[in-house]
Amino acid sequence: MIDLPMIEFRSVYFSIEEKDILTNVSFPVPRGQTRVILGPSGSGKSTILRLLMGLWMPDSGNIFVNGEDITQATPERLREIRKGMGIVFQQGALFDSMTVGENVGYTLLEDGHPDEEIEQAVATYLAQVGLDPELRDRMPDELSGGMQRRVAIARALAARNPEIILYDEPTTGLDPQSAERITDLIIRLRDTMGKTSIMVTHDIADAFKVGNRITVLDRGNVVFEGTPGELNAANDPFIAEFLAPFRKAVAAATQRMEVRVPGEVPGRGDSGASRAQPGGAP
Amino acid sequence: MTGPRLRGPVFVSADRGPADYTVAVDALAAVGSRVRRVLEVVQDVTLFCVSVLRSAFFPPYYKHEILEQIHFSMIGSMFIVMFSALVAGQALAIQLARELAKQGAKSELGHFMVISSVRALGPVLTGIVVASRMSAGITAELGTMKSSNQIDALIAFGTDPMKRLVAPRMIGLWIALPVLTILGDTLSVIGGGFVGLGYHVTFQSYYNGVAKYLTPANLLVGMIKPIFFAILITTVACWKGLTSEGGAKGVGVATTESVVISSVGILVTDFICTKLIFRVLGW
Repeated sequence: MIDLPMIEFRSVYFSIEEKDILTNVSFPVPRGQTRVILGPSGSGKSTILRLLMGLWMPDSGNIFVNGEDITQATPERLREIRKGMGIVFQQGALFDSMTVGENVGYTLLEDGHPDEEIEQAVATYLAQVGLDPELRDRMPDELSGGMQRRVAIARALAARNPEIILYDEPTTGLDPQSAERITDLIIRLRDTMGKTSIMVTHDIADAFKVGNRITVLDRGNVVFEGTPGELNAANDPFIAEFLAPFRKAVAAATQRMEVRVPGEVPGRGDSGASRAQPGGAP
Repeated sequence: MTGPRLRGPVFVSADRGPADYTVAVDALAAVGSRVRRVLEVVQDVTLFCVSVLRSAFFPPYYKHEILEQIHFSMIGSMFIVMFSALVAGQALAIQLARELAKQGAKSELGHFMVISSVRALGPVLTGIVVASRMSAGITAELGTMKSSNQIDALIAFGTDPMKRLVAPRMIGLWIALPVLTILGDTLSVIGGGFVGLGYHVTFQSYYNGVAKYLTPANLLVGMIKPIFFAILITTVACWKGLTSEGGAKGVGVATTESVVISSVGILVTDFICTKLIFRVLGW
């Protein structure tokens, strides 16, 4: 029996008002793996997640989730398919009129679960993302950016325990320590719970750290597809230019480290590049 | 504009000489494009309105949200509606009492106050006051939710925003507006009674006029209008909020437009309702 990819984009084209956003995008995401979509701002990264959630429909091409073409699905079926996915939006997108607990337990409440069960689930999922369950009565704007992102991940996990989790720039705007915690959490969810995920980011360090495979987009075109190691070794001029600042930062951090404390690994706060070494697949 | 352009003396000016066709063609194209955009918006808003009504009429219902909206629109607007109605009713009564006194028909003050307040002023005044307050609140809230991806999050978690966000606001206003209108009418008529005392119209005489013309037909006319006002306010405010773009500035612009369109729309809807009620029902 052929093991179908959990998610697959096949020759997807998408445009808005005659402007091409995605051109012939294809990639599979096998079950239990993380695909990172990397690219500069405006390259169409977040569009991929919106298409996958069925919030937008492609002009042509097919998008398969667990073998089912969602471009052919009825709105009702699409709603069912979405229930198998959790999404962590840019900046968290927590419901600001609800408490942390109501945010995390949102889908459970929607599905009509009893209050005690929801309370218990909220505590479990908050603990799973490293947050104190006592935070459940706080409002989202009382939390730091990193905590909000972790609540968003807890909410995505609580959403009917999804097989797929989508991350839209989960570390953007966070301090290095909070970002590190989020990427560690994403890796842990994949490795311990077998979640299939797509992470959209423009942070090269995060991409190298989290991705099993990386797709690089440039103005809607796939310019690279492969492992982090293959990306680091790629000769393409765009890739070289795109990775240049990251490589320069790694080199500078390494040099500073050698001057200061020979042999010591730099902390994340030293530079963005110090979070991961290029080519070091997780 | 691309393609060949017509040239020729269309506008002849003594100073500047003949202008060319391009000016006229460009002006027509600009007008055409504007008209097309307006028609597209009208079409989208109409379809949105149908969708809002469908969501409000068919289950599932979010009871907690509906109760919250009834509370927000009714209790929250109550004081401002009562105060506005009392003041406006008294101002109207002063005008009427003076004119009626000149005609020697002061005893008709109750009659004229009921007709003016219950059929016309009450629903419109309540509608405009509630529209200003509610449409700004709804548009700002939904606009902020949209710009912070909360609407997408709702959809992603399998919730229909029309059901959760829009329908409760519509149902809330359907319940709140008629109640507030009755309250406003009452205060307006009572205020008129006090003004009448200053013009030697006794309470008994005023009350007789009120009681005689406070007929079910007149009451119903005043109650039909708020139903349509609620549809207008919810449709405009939710539409503006859900289609706002451009972050905080975009939400601000959408909120202003929402208040203006709702308020003017109430006057237009009132005119249409009054005309139809006279023509179709003969009330």
